Amino acid sequence: MLHTVNKSPFEKNSLDTCLRLIDDSSSVLLIEDAVYGALENTSISDKIKKAQQATKFYVLGPDLKARGLDKSSLISNIEVIDYKGFVTLTVENDKIQNWL
Amino acid sequence: MLFGILVNEGPYQHQASDSAYLFAKAAIEEGHTIFRVFFYHDGVNNGTRLATPPQDDRHIPNRWSELAQEHEIDLVLCVAAAQRRGMVDPDEMKRHKKDADNIADKFRISGLGQLIEAGVQADRLITFGD
Repeated sequence: MLHTVNKSPFEKNSLDTCLRLIDDSSSVLLIEDAVYGALENTSISDKIKKAQQATKFYVLGPDLKARGLDKSSLISNIEVIDYKGFVTLTVENDKIQNWL
Repeated sequence: MLFGILVNEGPYQHQASDSAYLFAKAAIEEGHTIFRVFFYHDGVNNGTRLATPPQDDRHIPNRWSELAQEHEIDLVLCVAAAQRRGMVDPDEMKRHKKDADNIADKFRISGLGQLIEAGVQADRLITFGD
């Protein structure tokens, strides 16, 4: 199951809720302001790293770039993808949960 | 693969209209079909033909109309959300005795059943919004 999150974890708790419900069959894609959740050395980065043991994390590259960020500021093993990669994730996962 | 898209946020508000549009475009480029885009809540404001954004900015309603024209996408505004926000097509104009309509090309107004149908017909339903 693909989970997308579009709000910053420092603004809303939707990423937190998502992290509580994912399992090893999930993929999590951070888009829009949720890309801030992929940053290293924040109050939630340890939580993401723990979740990474079971779940694959992705971040939408264009949204990262729009905020002046790049791969170098991210937690390791979070994959940066483009819109084409976003579409591929929705095809590979038969269900999509969009956390708003 | 057949996609349905739900947009719950108005244009120029945060980023949902842009994300939904860019996703739709990428899906089409990958050979998929967008069956329907359903606009709900403030999302119905994507369907106004009276918007005049600055010339150097993207024109969100026109962009949807053009995409729909090119790829035969069904653009549906939720009727109850549209009525609350003053989104009117020629039929609604007559029905509610309004002096104008404001719906953009290729958009239509219909009910929530269209969202349910998109969920049933499409292989994937993806939501963008607040």
